[in-house]
Amino acid sequence: MKNLVILGAGTAGTMMLNKMHAMLDSSQWQLTIVDQYETHYYQPGFLFIPFGIYSRKDVIKPKRDFFPAGTNVIVSGIDRIEANENRVLLANGQVLPYDLLIVATGAKIVPEEIEGLKDSLWQKDIFDYYTIEGACGLAERFRHWEGGKLVLNVAEMPIKCPVAPLEFVFLADWWFTEQGIRDKVDIHYVTPLPGAFTKPRASSILGDFLDKKNIHLTAEFNIARVDNEEKKIVSWDETEIPFDILVSIPTNMGDEMVERSGLGDELRFIPTDKHTLQSDAHENIFVIGDATNLPSSKAGSVAHFQADILTENILSYIEGRPLRSTFDGHANCFIESGFGKGILIDFNYDTEPLPGKFPLPGVGPFSLLEETEMNHYGKIMFRWMYWNFLLRGKELPIESHMSMAGKRM
Amino acid sequence: METRDIAGTSLAFDADGNLANLSDWNEEIAAALAQEEGIDALTDRHWIVLNFMRKEYQENGDAPSIRKLTKQSGVDTKELYALFPKGPAKKAARIAGLPKPKGCI
Repeated sequence: MKNLVILGAGTAGTMMLNKMHAMLDSSQWQLTIVDQYETHYYQPGFLFIPFGIYSRKDVIKPKRDFFPAGTNVIVSGIDRIEANENRVLLANGQVLPYDLLIVATGAKIVPEEIEGLKDSLWQKDIFDYYTIEGACGLAERFRHWEGGKLVLNVAEMPIKCPVAPLEFVFLADWWFTEQGIRDKVDIHYVTPLPGAFTKPRASSILGDFLDKKNIHLTAEFNIARVDNEEKKIVSWDETEIPFDILVSIPTNMGDEMVERSGLGDELRFIPTDKHTLQSDAHENIFVIGDATNLPSSKAGSVAHFQADILTENILSYIEGRPLRSTFDGHANCFIESGFGKGILIDFNYDTEPLPGKFPLPGVGPFSLLEETEMNHYGKIMFRWMYWNFLLRGKELPIESHMSMAGKRM
Repeated sequence: METRDIAGTSLAFDADGNLANLSDWNEEIAAALAQEEGIDALTDRHWIVLNFMRKEYQENGDAPSIRKLTKQSGVDTKELYALFPKGPAKKAARIAGLPKPKGCI
């Protein structure tokens, strides 16, 4: 009996478990998955919590509902991977030998990386919304807020879901309009990037949306510290921006386990072949989702496209064939833009998000880089697809590789 | 890919506006690229960073991130931003004749 061990039962790990379960012979392979938590969070839903659209119960389900029968499920922290010994040491003292390892331990926010961020105002006037605690705390704060300076700051790249900060300010514009206090709320989007987004054409179009919605943009702001007394953020070149409520997207890093294992870069992301998803250092370790150092977006859709590629490559690896399936960096993101509308972008390593149409059999086409109600429904529908299809590793009518069909150059 | 005259030499640049060929680089070209980035004169402190970047690139095949610069170059974050305003890792890589660091998305 051979052992395939998956570390992390989030979006990527759970998908891979289901795909491997479907493909591998259970008389030859024992599948094991390890995670320290028993609850699965639908992370794209966190964005909606501060505005009262979703609550905690809308974004959680037990992880075990998504594990196929026969899986060896271990609830424990992970101490480290001993890659040269082909084994994993768990926090509960167990030692797991493996023939093949899939690392899917993700990324998380580390507010401690920015001086003064997790200080006296944390969870009072300073919030994140990349954790359930932050999102719920912010919902509570917004409910009693009478207006003032709302500053959203992206600390440094890369972050999970690079469009989520834009969605946040778009939704804030809509929500405070609904509350009747939009004229009392000054919304300010502060980013280290040269513009609204990572890629030039989308950045310019999305920047126009910010203008249209009366959201102030400060680009190339590299935060050095938060001043809790005077309520302002200060950049390395001493630019100061005052706030009444600060919504921070702190530094994102990989799991501490990666550092303990000596497998990560400065941000604890694992150097990984950007096409095959094999780790650079060890041929029997594969990496998927936010845990990699790939120059692709850290997002569920990306993990989903990677999962198809990785499944093929793992089967090739097991049979001793060359790894032929290559990931192209495909990402597909519905951007909620408020007032019941959304914007869709679709891109990969080589092609930036372009305007045009996105064909989707049965439901589409969706409009790219335009605000439409259809795109909003795409976003809302996605949660149902996530729980019922995506996590279970079932086929979706969308290609792993990006297609140029419908896009305008 | 575009070709431009810098410091009296015709040079090829990649899509990010960085030098296409590392071997084209010399100190005079570095000074001209620094001017384009709004840095009038390269001081000894600039050169500590630039030399560190070139060494890292030769050893690892990627220009170092701002975090690596802070930890290992001997110049702290505050000074890095003073030397190379707005984007130390990106600007220093360009002046050092290297491609844009992979971490800069």
